[in-house]
Amino acid sequence: MYTTELKDKNQAPQSAAVVEDPARLEAFEARVAADDFIEPKDWMPEAYRKTLVRQISQHAHSEIVGMLPEGNWITRAPNLRRKAILLAKVQDEGGHGLYLYAAAETLGTSREEMIDALHSGRAKYSTIFNYPTLTWADIGAIGWLVDGAAIMNQVPLQRTSYGPYARAMVRICKEESFHQRQGYEIMTALAAGTDAQKRMAQDALNRWWWPSIMMFGPPDENSPNTAQSIRWRIKRETNDELRQKFIDVTVPQAEAIGLTVPDPDLTWNEARGSYDYGAIDWDEFYAVVRGEGPVAKERMQARVKAWEEGAWVREAAAAHAAKHQAREAAE
Amino acid sequence: MTKNWPLWEVFIRAKNGLSHRHAGSVHAADAKMALEAARDTYTRRMEGVSLWVVPSAAIVASDPGDAAELFEPAADKVYRHPTFYVIPEGVKNI
Repeated sequence: MYTTELKDKNQAPQSAAVVEDPARLEAFEARVAADDFIEPKDWMPEAYRKTLVRQISQHAHSEIVGMLPEGNWITRAPNLRRKAILLAKVQDEGGHGLYLYAAAETLGTSREEMIDALHSGRAKYSTIFNYPTLTWADIGAIGWLVDGAAIMNQVPLQRTSYGPYARAMVRICKEESFHQRQGYEIMTALAAGTDAQKRMAQDALNRWWWPSIMMFGPPDENSPNTAQSIRWRIKRETNDELRQKFIDVTVPQAEAIGLTVPDPDLTWNEARGSYDYGAIDWDEFYAVVRGEGPVAKERMQARVKAWEEGAWVREAAAAHAAKHQAREAAE
Repeated sequence: MTKNWPLWEVFIRAKNGLSHRHAGSVHAADAKMALEAARDTYTRRMEGVSLWVVPSAAIVASDPGDAAELFEPAADKVYRHPTFYVIPEGVKNI
């Protein structure tokens, strides 16, 4: 699961508040422009570090929060096969969150700070997870569309300029493809089922389509940091480029199983070799970014509850480790 | 909030005959827990047959600022590579 870098619309773009040593900055820019990787101990401009911490931690939070809407359905999966698959997928999302937290920590932030930022509402995560999962078909739609959008975003990030982030992305991309396929398989089965099942699949597509294409973030003209992030190879393609690619590959997948993408303006543009698509409701997107998504409160409550109810385990583990250390020291 | 557990670096041997290779890191209270976390985090798809976990604090790393003095001297010693030497045509098995 992926989040593009999210900020409130009116937030100022990154400014060079810190005055950097011009010689070092120039050497850094040259390295990045030559597609060299930057590693944790290398010098980097403060704005680069900050942008990465924000983007990687938002990405990590999205993986962790992304476990919640799907976790809701583990006990209600329609059979043992689907249950085992969903469990494995949710476990993968947890793993992806951990790879990314570890990558962000190499930039000087700590796990505690990041978790605290998430739980206190200061940190953002992908808008997609603040929509509810109403039926089993939603689990299919999430795998197919949300993980599909994530793959579209993440594949180019395997070549992002920051080494630990790129390596985490390689690992994540290897695991992500199964997520999308299992979702599409759920949709395929429902679309070929009874009328009620087919309606359920279409309803899920109707509800998840627009939020999924919003996952790529605001349009390029409203994405003030894109140019700098592309120059620094933090991003490799713009939001609109990735969104277009996603739409172009996904529409035929819907058609193949007899479902209809809920966009009356969707038309194939022969000249561009791409689909033209209807206007996106960006007011809805910004409202969700501000925390007004339909289930934003429930998600954070569930997250904080899990963290607080796990406190005794963390304390017990720490006490156990301390006791053993003391015992070894005494021997 | 409880204090962060220490960080451990995780190394995986993909199969016997290969060396352990760095995979990533985990936080854990102690070594046993670090191994368990490494297993769950990094080997969900048969990535390995053996794990090492090493306290990250125990790793001593070279400074990127010293990279030139450490590694550049090797750049002008091409005679350390077999392709540096000219062998008369027709000579074999060397």
